[in-house]
Amino acid sequence: MIAFNKFYNHFNLLSSVLIVVSLLLLIFKGLNFGIDFKGGTLIELRASDSKINVSSLRDRFNQMDLGDVSVKKFGNDTDFLVKFENKDNNKNIIEEIKVNLDKSFGNNYDFRRVENVGPKVSAELLKSGVIAISLSLALMLIYIWIRFEWQFSLGAILALFHDVIVTLGVFSLFSLEINLSIIAAVLTIVGYSMNDTVVIFDRVRENLRKYSDIKIFELTNISINETLSRTIITSATTLLALLAIYFFGGEILKGFSLAMILGVVFGTYSSIYIANTVLVRLRVSQKTVLREDDQK
Amino acid sequence: MLYFSKLRILFITLFSVLFILIASSNLFKFDDDFFDKKINLGLDLQGGSYLLLEIDNEPVIEQKLQNLTTTIRNYFKEKNIKINNIKIDNQNIFFNVTNNDKQSVLDVFQDENSDLNPYYPRFKSHQLEIEDTGLNFKVNFSRQGLIKLKTSSQDQAIEIVRRRVDEVGTNEPNILKRGNNRILVELPGLDDPMRIKSLLGKTANLTFRFVTNDENDRFGVEKLKFENGLEEATVSKRIIISGENLLDAQPKMDTQANQTIVSFTLDRVGAKRFGKATSTGIGKQLAIVLDGKIISAPVVRDTIASGSGQISGGFTFQTATDLALLLRSGALPAPLEIIEERTVGPDLGQDSINAGMIALAIGFMLVIIFMFVKYKIFGLITNVTLIINLFILLGVLTLFEATLTLPGIAGIILTVGMAVDANVLIFERIKEELKDETNNILAFDGGYTKSRTAILDANITTLLAAIILFFMGSGPVKGFAVTLGVGIFTTLFSVYFIARLFTSIYVSRNKDKEKLI
Repeated sequence: MIAFNKFYNHFNLLSSVLIVVSLLLLIFKGLNFGIDFKGGTLIELRASDSKINVSSLRDRFNQMDLGDVSVKKFGNDTDFLVKFENKDNNKNIIEEIKVNLDKSFGNNYDFRRVENVGPKVSAELLKSGVIAISLSLALMLIYIWIRFEWQFSLGAILALFHDVIVTLGVFSLFSLEINLSIIAAVLTIVGYSMNDTVVIFDRVRENLRKYSDIKIFELTNISINETLSRTIITSATTLLALLAIYFFGGEILKGFSLAMILGVVFGTYSSIYIANTVLVRLRVSQKTVLREDDQK
Repeated sequence: MLYFSKLRILFITLFSVLFILIASSNLFKFDDDFFDKKINLGLDLQGGSYLLLEIDNEPVIEQKLQNLTTTIRNYFKEKNIKINNIKIDNQNIFFNVTNNDKQSVLDVFQDENSDLNPYYPRFKSHQLEIEDTGLNFKVNFSRQGLIKLKTSSQDQAIEIVRRRVDEVGTNEPNILKRGNNRILVELPGLDDPMRIKSLLGKTANLTFRFVTNDENDRFGVEKLKFENGLEEATVSKRIIISGENLLDAQPKMDTQANQTIVSFTLDRVGAKRFGKATSTGIGKQLAIVLDGKIISAPVVRDTIASGSGQISGGFTFQTATDLALLLRSGALPAPLEIIEERTVGPDLGQDSINAGMIALAIGFMLVIIFMFVKYKIFGLITNVTLIINLFILLGVLTLFEATLTLPGIAGIILTVGMAVDANVLIFERIKEELKDETNNILAFDGGYTKSRTAILDANITTLLAAIILFFMGSGPVKGFAVTLGVGIFTTLFSVYFIARLFTSIYVSRNKDKEKLI
């Protein structure tokens, strides 16, 4: 048996630091919103001429007076991602860019993807993204509140917030782009983290009923160990699947799978070191679950 | 938990085979309609263009209010009430009446049977709201009035959009209403939406009006620019004929002048009016105005009674074709703005499919190998179940002809990773049971029973997340929610029926073996 409980305090401290740092990052550095949430235009371009590279593209685009233009390599050497604000919301901008690029590069390039999101739509998408995440947290709260005693609910919700905040903190730290698929990833993380916590909590509650003489500090450790191989196997298979998406699923899914990978790692960690420690700190005992049983 | 009746085994087998057959209809052609269904590929996978259009209703509201001022004035004139100082400001109509008339004006506006101000009993609301500000009356559209106005202009606009898109002839366009002022256009297989965008961007409001020098024209005059933006002309507001009078319009080559023209045919009313106007207006310039700009203003030389004519204006064949198309399909009730556009080229779509499939295959292999190494024979059971699960998932998606997107494929891969969770929970529980229990059958039974709540909890939480995503998410992300959500149900089915069936067969044959798992 591994003594997870020996490190409860250490990891609680670490998590607190992580959350504070993440919140500071989110407040002061902010998130790198993609065009889905900020509005603007995105062009994925494939070149068939080695003359076309990041710097020559950047030169060309900067001459077109499009405001802040970002040009990046996208996956392999011939693919590029160009993003700009399109402040004036010029409708013919794509056509104008094509004419302009034709002059320098001829026919040696191809627009593989074009996205243009107006300011109104991006504001709506952001709003519905925030609502979706809040709503999912609220639903999880309600679900766990129905299924478990309030001490458990508190633990699970704290673990959830930890996972979402720290994942977003990592995205802020590395300026990784937040787009629609990241919202999907965050929601899935919420589901996964909850799932992981609930499995351990189920066992804690079962053990609470079974043993009256074991303190919660010990009992959580027993429960974590009993469910440990399941925790490891499920995290492992989920991570294997996600790594396959990350490495082979193409550039478009990179951000999504990265967010999910982070979420699974944090979710697994928080089930053990946040959700359970809340039970310990709230001095949950056999009485907590038996009282509830009586009511039922 | 381990007992299966023959009937149940039959049911499980039939069910699985059915869905595997449905799933395989994506690969093979079936003659039967029921089986010959296919998963739709999202625009991000097959390539195509997604356009979200917003109707700008401001001009419509302005126009309606403008008409209303006349209606109000005439309506009360008949009742011998004089309306003074009527004007429009910021989408409100203001007017004065004498104090004696105030009540009767209010009565007319608040009468539920009023023909001036329609009443919608279903919403308990009038079309217009009236307020006595003390100084004057303020009339504006009520909430319901505005909604009615918007939906009706949306209904008209979607019809025109459909006609224009159909005329261009893309395959299976998808044109849907969004809210009460938006239209969604999905154009599969179209990788350059430039032409459609420019066609949808034009209101195509066509009028024929005389050019005049008389500032005191009875109908009022306005200065309009020519298409080239350089010249200007003063044009009467009197409309001779408008786009509504057109029966047909076609691009043609005028061999005499060696230029491309648009020839048009008028309906009976239009032909009559056009004939009359051209007979009285010989020598005058007739301006052809499209969306507030003059295309050309030829001099009338003869009476045109045939009901057909032509528009010239320095067209290329392409611009003439497009103008003819716009005139044939009719004018939009209000300008449209493209507020969101997402276009994916077909080769990127194919690349995404390939990448998704490779990731699926690799993810699948990794999970299968992992499970086999970890659980041996029970890993094998899990793996076979996982494969069947995948087919059932694809079968369900096919049956409902769901749209598969790139995030949707990610959802399937994720399902593969998470689907083993339920089996793992069961197997681990069985292992624990076997510590105190020597009877294999009882231990397996206990394992299944005791792991049930955890499995249910775990899946419900993921399902909740998927449901929210389905309702809040848009486009490709919705595809992720669908595969993730459907995946949960197929996973539970395959774990509790298929995997359990295999397990029960294996355990009952080896019930005396030690260290079974």
